Amino acid sequence: MPQQIRAIVITGNGTNCEMEMAHACRLAGFDEVEIVHISELLYGEKRLDDYHFLNLPGGFLDGDDLGSAKAGANRILHAAVAGSQERLFAQFVRFIVAGKLILGVCNGFQLLVKLGMLPGFDGHYDRQTVTLTYNDSGRFEDRWVHLRVDPSSPCIFTRGLSGLYLPVRHGEGKFVPQDESILERLYRERLIALQYSDGDCREATMDYPANPNGSVDGIAGICNATGRIFGLMPHPEAYLHRTNHPRWTREDLPEEGMGLALFRNAAAFLRNDDI
Amino acid sequence: MANRIEIGFRQGIRDALGEKIKKRIVGHLRIHVDSVNTIEVYTVDGDLAPGELEAAARGPLSDPVIQQYAIDRGLARGFDWLIEVGYRPGVTDNVGKTAAEAIALLAGKPIRVYTSRQYAISGIRDRCTLDLITRADAERIASELLANELIQHYEIIDGKTWDPAQGIKPYVPRVVGEDRPRTEEIDLDCPDEALLRISSERVLALTLNEMKILRDYLKNDAVLARRREVGLGDRMTDAELECLAQTWSEHCKHKIFNARIAYDGGEGESSEIDSLFATCIKRATREIRERMGADDWCLSVFADNAGIIRFNADWNLVFKVETHNSPSALDPYGGALTGIVGVNRDPFGCGRGAKLIFNTDVFCFAPPGYDKPLPKRILHPRRIYEGVREGVEHGGNKSGIPTVNGCLVFDERYLGKPLVYCGTGGIMPARINGEPTHTKEILPGDLIVMTGGRIGKDGIHGATFSSEELHEGSPVTAVQIGDPITQKKMTDFLLVARDRGLYRAITDNGAGGLSSSVGETARLSGGCELDLAKAPLKYAGLNPWEILISESQERMTLAVAPEQIDAFLALARKMDVEATVLGRYADSGWFHILYGMETVAYIEMSFLHDGLPQMNLQAAWTPPRHAEPDFAETEDLGGALKAMLARLNICSKESVVRQYDHEVQGGSIVKPLTGVVNDGPSDAAVIRPLLDSFEGIVVANGICPRYSAIDAYHMAACAIDEAVRNAIAVGAPLDRIAGLDNFCWCDPVRSEKNPDGEYKLAQLVRANMALYDVTTAYGVPCISGKDSMKNDYQIGDVRISIPPTLLFSTLGKMEDVRNAVTMDAKKAGDLVYVLGKTFRELGGSEWYALHGAIGNGVPKVHAKTARTLYEALNRAIRAGIVASCHDCSDGGLGVALAETAFAGGLGVEIDLAAVPAEGIVRNDELLFSESQSRFVVTVSPVARAAFEAFLAGCAFARIGEVIAEGVLKVDGLGGKRIIEENLAALKAAWQEPLAF
Repeated sequence: MPQQIRAIVITGNGTNCEMEMAHACRLAGFDEVEIVHISELLYGEKRLDDYHFLNLPGGFLDGDDLGSAKAGANRILHAAVAGSQERLFAQFVRFIVAGKLILGVCNGFQLLVKLGMLPGFDGHYDRQTVTLTYNDSGRFEDRWVHLRVDPSSPCIFTRGLSGLYLPVRHGEGKFVPQDESILERLYRERLIALQYSDGDCREATMDYPANPNGSVDGIAGICNATGRIFGLMPHPEAYLHRTNHPRWTREDLPEEGMGLALFRNAAAFLRNDDI
Repeated sequence: MANRIEIGFRQGIRDALGEKIKKRIVGHLRIHVDSVNTIEVYTVDGDLAPGELEAAARGPLSDPVIQQYAIDRGLARGFDWLIEVGYRPGVTDNVGKTAAEAIALLAGKPIRVYTSRQYAISGIRDRCTLDLITRADAERIASELLANELIQHYEIIDGKTWDPAQGIKPYVPRVVGEDRPRTEEIDLDCPDEALLRISSERVLALTLNEMKILRDYLKNDAVLARRREVGLGDRMTDAELECLAQTWSEHCKHKIFNARIAYDGGEGESSEIDSLFATCIKRATREIRERMGADDWCLSVFADNAGIIRFNADWNLVFKVETHNSPSALDPYGGALTGIVGVNRDPFGCGRGAKLIFNTDVFCFAPPGYDKPLPKRILHPRRIYEGVREGVEHGGNKSGIPTVNGCLVFDERYLGKPLVYCGTGGIMPARINGEPTHTKEILPGDLIVMTGGRIGKDGIHGATFSSEELHEGSPVTAVQIGDPITQKKMTDFLLVARDRGLYRAITDNGAGGLSSSVGETARLSGGCELDLAKAPLKYAGLNPWEILISESQERMTLAVAPEQIDAFLALARKMDVEATVLGRYADSGWFHILYGMETVAYIEMSFLHDGLPQMNLQAAWTPPRHAEPDFAETEDLGGALKAMLARLNICSKESVVRQYDHEVQGGSIVKPLTGVVNDGPSDAAVIRPLLDSFEGIVVANGICPRYSAIDAYHMAACAIDEAVRNAIAVGAPLDRIAGLDNFCWCDPVRSEKNPDGEYKLAQLVRANMALYDVTTAYGVPCISGKDSMKNDYQIGDVRISIPPTLLFSTLGKMEDVRNAVTMDAKKAGDLVYVLGKTFRELGGSEWYALHGAIGNGVPKVHAKTARTLYEALNRAIRAGIVASCHDCSDGGLGVALAETAFAGGLGVEIDLAAVPAEGIVRNDELLFSESQSRFVVTVSPVARAAFEAFLAGCAFARIGEVIAEGVLKVDGLGGKRIIEENLAALKAAWQEPLAF
């Protein structure tokens, strides 16, 4: 077990949820939480190797100009770290191989998918097999959604959860697998940790607006085979306190927001795990 | 050599954008199309090898899961018409810029990329229809929907002649300019007519009197002697003329607000006003601050790019609202996008610089269903609506700033010019490295540094659009497109630089560009020396004067101490932000502009800023008389209520609200939509800017231009009251609310074209009198403001003027956001109260408008009474006994009751006879009067006594009860049931009109 668990939240080039993401890590009990600008990684001033939990927050990397997170993924794949021989991508792979945790939310999820880190079948972390594309509505939407959790998923982050209620805020969140076999494998390996669902978080749904974007089978979040890389379109860091809930003035709610559980699971796992 | 990479969806993948466009072609243009497929086109200008093109297409440009690509051939298949829309030379192409960066990373060399988009359109092909799409239809689709010819060009290709193997030849919209910068000298020693001609030909917008002042300035021997020392003579350079015109413009100098006005108030009442700004707005704030004494929480008012107030001991708040009306009329998307990212830079460039924490937007449009012929050069209101909405969406969402609330106002008089108000708030530490952050200091010797975007011809003479036709090859100068990501990268960098103490002062480049930003900040040191040749340009071919006044976006100007410059520039380089030293601040007393070694402008600072004499204007008030409407009270008040709920100014704005991210940054407390299924209309936003504290910010707006038709005094008073009572409704205490005034007027200066200018100026005078009266009565100081005085359209004989419009915005402070209240009814059995008295005030109301009338009985604000009520209500809210609170505004009590009920998913049973009222005998008037300072409140029966005790002495009454049955039941004045309507039906009426 590491003596200190350290979280890094990457920002820059259009990322914009870094502050609340870092706040979630702090509330969840990480000993150190650092917001790091991507230029600090590219200049070799910071290294992913020094952290245990990598957060890729929401935002609009490079304006999502070439499709969500496309230019951002291109940068991570091809940009070199100054003063070394390695590409930034190599640090990501080393981080994964070391068994550490990665959480991508919204634009961070899009980034993981466009890189190929999710689902990252057979350790191919740069081979894209699924995508997140334009919502069927053709528009950006901010609305709260119910989410079904697969209790048998290997996902570290959703352990012990029965359902979630969180906001989505995106224009490109529609999950599409490359083909049936990819989808089938996601099911077989129980990698579909989260699905948009009806109000009681039981059944996945294709009905708009409960499924806000037309995602295939209502898929809202997936993990890799180890459950240590997890990406989701809804924003857990946007629901850390009951006053974030859209109906907190009319419902009895626990003080702590539902989204925090994901970060608490990450912290608990790292405290108990041998990294 | 240039190549084309085309990206399209694979077979069977849904094209959501294509579907949206199809819906608009069918719905708006009534052209029957079967399908629209979109294809993104990247024209790559940079001699890439085939393998490099392939890698770019396969890598960053396309999504392998859902897309396919084609290089130097056409991807489109099986269409009737193909329309390709691209930018004209010099127009900002954000996607092209990102693509160029991405490909450069692969190719290892710089390249240029230009984007365009194809729409492959197919008609309906069934056996019985011969409804094929004609070329004329395709032209209409291109010009009325897809392309704005001011900034874009399009090409239409007939499917019958299409050869995909050939595709379309690459077209590179490069700006071709001569790189021979020159400075012209203009002889002002000429007759009056010639002076006026110079002013109008150069779009200087200077009056004869102002031109004469410039002429005389150059006859001063002392001035001439100094000019000769720097190589200038007795003629004015174009750079000087442009700089003076910009500095002395209405936009920058607020000449009308600072004018001496002879006001004839009618009935023998006349007075002389020495500056409305000084005597109404600033005076009100000064008096309020004096009353606050030691508790004064204002820190910087009317001095900087935005107003600054204290949030708590450690943090300050900053707030500013701007308009971007004229550019939005021409290019709704680009104009509005530039508006929002432009106002972002005001709080950002205020004091030491603030982190941006919320946006609030208010748009005034003509109705989207407008179906009369459009005057020349006017875009259809629906196009303006969609374009503005999308521009602000991209600007706000991509910048990561929550759009916490806003509103939409509809009136046909906004056809000539829409109003696009964008407001932004920020937060800054009260001290950085021990120094206060709300002031600015610049020392002689500090370096002038420009950061962010490069300079092009964008926005030259931006405010005054020239009527010259734009032609191929010449960059568009009138409108521009903002780039939120370049700005985000810059603000990320500057916040780090701020906290490290790497600069001394910051300001933004908005109207007037460097001329304004450096001209203004140079006052702090007493002069400057600036070399325009050092400024980074987007393309060659700009003359020095153009570099000086260009309004290219995403730029900040900073004063950096020489000892910090290396660290500042190194950090900029690392964070991938362009930063350039352009010169030095000085204490010479001169605004000295060079181009390399050559002086192109040399103006005394005192003349530049104080050389303009005060304007003298006349204002004459004659109260208008409108016909009093004469219609019988309808039997069907339930139907009337539904008709009112469906009014554009009342109905749900959910379709717009949801497209703005209102929750980013994690501090969302009261959202724009609220209630049992998250769709009721909130009165104000509450956010928590510091995630480890429960202290909160309240943001609200008030706007009611319809009342201007009767008396702009009451229009302004009601707008202020609305903004304040919205803030009160969610829980802001009255003594912690700051205000912002934003006046949009029709030309108030009398001229041949504008014969009733004196009346319009009188309206402005009266609105300012109201501002003084109401803000001082409430103790709500204005901390910043803005005015836009020429919101008229004139081509030929057609003149369309907006109604005089004041947007009043409020920024409140709540000690504990957990006390915030929302507007939805909470529980069956709760008691329903109405607070405040209802008068027979239907003049300018939505109810009269529904009957095609204006009337005369405009709502009036009784500020003293209202103040007592607001303070009492706030005590009750802080005691935690108010279950819901909703303000009564457009549509009055009837609409407020219906909204309270359906937002809560609970019925109400109401007795109108119990409503405190005066002079009202009709049910419709009681339901729809728009008397100010009223609320509908629900309270748990257990809190009844406590609530009524808090309200003792105020006009209020218990008028009914919340019920479980989903029905709105209203008993009228005669005791008879006058409304019994299902909530579902009421809500449907309210939600339907703008649900597209």
